[in-house]
Amino acid sequence: MAIAAVLVAALAACGSDDDDGSSSGSTNTAPQLSGAIAVDGSSTVGPLTSVAADLFKEDNPNVDVTVGVSGTGGGFEKFCNGETDISDASRPIEDDEKAACESKGITYAELQVATDALTIVVNKENDWAQCLTVDQLKKMWEPAAEGKITNWNQVDPSFPDEKLELFGPGTDSGTFDYFTAEINGEEGASRTDYSPSEDDNVTVQGVTGTKGGLGYFGFSYFEENQDTLTAVQVDSGNGCVAPSAETAQDGSYAPLSRPLFIYPKKESLTQPQVLGFLEFYVANIDDIVSEAAFIPLNDEQKAKLQSDFDTLKSAS
Amino acid sequence: MASVTGESVRGTARRSLGRTRPRYGELIIKVLLFLAAGLSVATTLAIVASLIPPTVEFFQRVSPIEFFTGTDWTALFKNPKYGVLPLVAGTLIITGVAVLIAVPLGLGTAIYLSEYAHPRVRAFFKPILEVLAGIPTVVYGFFALVAITPILQDYLPWDVDIYNGFAAAFVMGIMIIPTVASLSEDAMSAVPHSLRDGAYALGSSRMIVSVRVVVPAALSGIVAAVILAISRAIGETMIVAIAAGNRPNWGWNPFEQMATMTAYIAGAGQGDLPTGSFEYKTIFAVGALLFTMTFVMNLISIRLVRKYREVYE
Repeated sequence: MAIAAVLVAALAACGSDDDDGSSSGSTNTAPQLSGAIAVDGSSTVGPLTSVAADLFKEDNPNVDVTVGVSGTGGGFEKFCNGETDISDASRPIEDDEKAACESKGITYAELQVATDALTIVVNKENDWAQCLTVDQLKKMWEPAAEGKITNWNQVDPSFPDEKLELFGPGTDSGTFDYFTAEINGEEGASRTDYSPSEDDNVTVQGVTGTKGGLGYFGFSYFEENQDTLTAVQVDSGNGCVAPSAETAQDGSYAPLSRPLFIYPKKESLTQPQVLGFLEFYVANIDDIVSEAAFIPLNDEQKAKLQSDFDTLKSAS
Repeated sequence: MASVTGESVRGTARRSLGRTRPRYGELIIKVLLFLAAGLSVATTLAIVASLIPPTVEFFQRVSPIEFFTGTDWTALFKNPKYGVLPLVAGTLIITGVAVLIAVPLGLGTAIYLSEYAHPRVRAFFKPILEVLAGIPTVVYGFFALVAITPILQDYLPWDVDIYNGFAAAFVMGIMIIPTVASLSEDAMSAVPHSLRDGAYALGSSRMIVSVRVVVPAALSGIVAAVILAISRAIGETMIVAIAAGNRPNWGWNPFEQMATMTAYIAGAGQGDLPTGSFEYKTIFAVGALLFTMTFVMNLISIRLVRKYREVYE
């Protein structure tokens, strides 16, 4: 009976591969899938997977998808403990996390589902910092800045005398890991006297309410809040570049454009609802990404996503 | 005839006093009631028991001197420092401001309701006052962040951070007014009328009766109400997590961001710390300190209540 269900789901999935490009409405003609899918991980990728889950549930109302946002590190912790089927990640899995998964016998694939431009935001009233260099960002955020760099005019003498208030993600966040690695030169190395929160809306509120505020998070949070915040252009030596879909895709928004991943657990693919969800996620990636207002993959990346997923399927 | 009466009297006595048959129903009720009372004791003991092992492990790696005298709390970062004082300072500042707001307003309300208000006014006011205690704290938190803080930023001449201790403390003060007012009012209403009558007979004004007679007579109840309110403020989490920020701050300016002990526990828990990791144990160490503080507060309150209790009649 269970085998039959898997076969049916697989057939249905093959069917949906064929009419590739059709809208997310009615690709699934198989009998209703049911069951639960547990997803956790990055708060940056979470909204994307949530949109995928919502669209998937239009055709499969009996499938329960829970999407947690514990941060990339927190997500892998649960994933490698066997508690979740899929882990959202805003950075690649790390060696110690790989070891944790290995020790529990959990195997997985790394699928890039979107691109992100890690976005630096300032208050709308901030008219001096339209563009910041990587060095200036480092000066604000490096561990040595702690307790010392507290005013904008210390970052650059041309900036006004305005209190510098920093907001950002907490230490469990993949965004924190990525930012500290790219800007401060060492993953996890950051000044600690800023306001950390795993909830990016706290950063939105904080920067919106503080004239000298500065914070960072994933591009989609900026898109949602562009009425109340200004995105800073970043200069990594080749002039000022604003974060956008184009500059993130072609890599010119350096060094803060980054790939976003989901990590499906191979062992969970035997469950028809998980397989069905992933088939749907991969086949409709463009619709999901545009609905969630993320930066889409280019054609090359899309082809890689499909082939990586096919490899995972045939291996299981 | 007489002997029959005696017989029947003896029979009645035997039925009511003797153990003719065991009363199972009563026994079951007694056991259930004991379990109900025992449950809260058992819960408290279980909490203490679960706090101790991780706290002990924490102090095997961090010296109590660093914990109690350090002024930097960066437990989740690289090169962590474990000085708990900024978190304690945050807790004390916010609790202090909240109590400064709640005690005068709460006591004033209680005196008005007990001594001045018409019974009909009182019957109308008191339930509404108690509704304040039923508002979810998450609502108070957002009220502080989106309503109080902007007002402070607009009207105060000095710098007010978007996340600041004062706004959190202000709404927390409002939140604990019902605790102070309602319990104090109960204590004042319980003061015998003969005391008031005596004072009036000596020519005292209503003001003198309230402040010199009723309040001192009800002092033990008032003290208990205030201490209960303080305990509630120390343990309050949601308001401070939303409105006061998450940055441990070793300073005494309530208009800056600060993190309390509860806010640290909530914020660190939000990121799903791996069970058993050292960072995970920091939560328990802070939790144990918090528990100790409220426990000591309650001990003090019992002492004070006994000391000031006045027994009439």
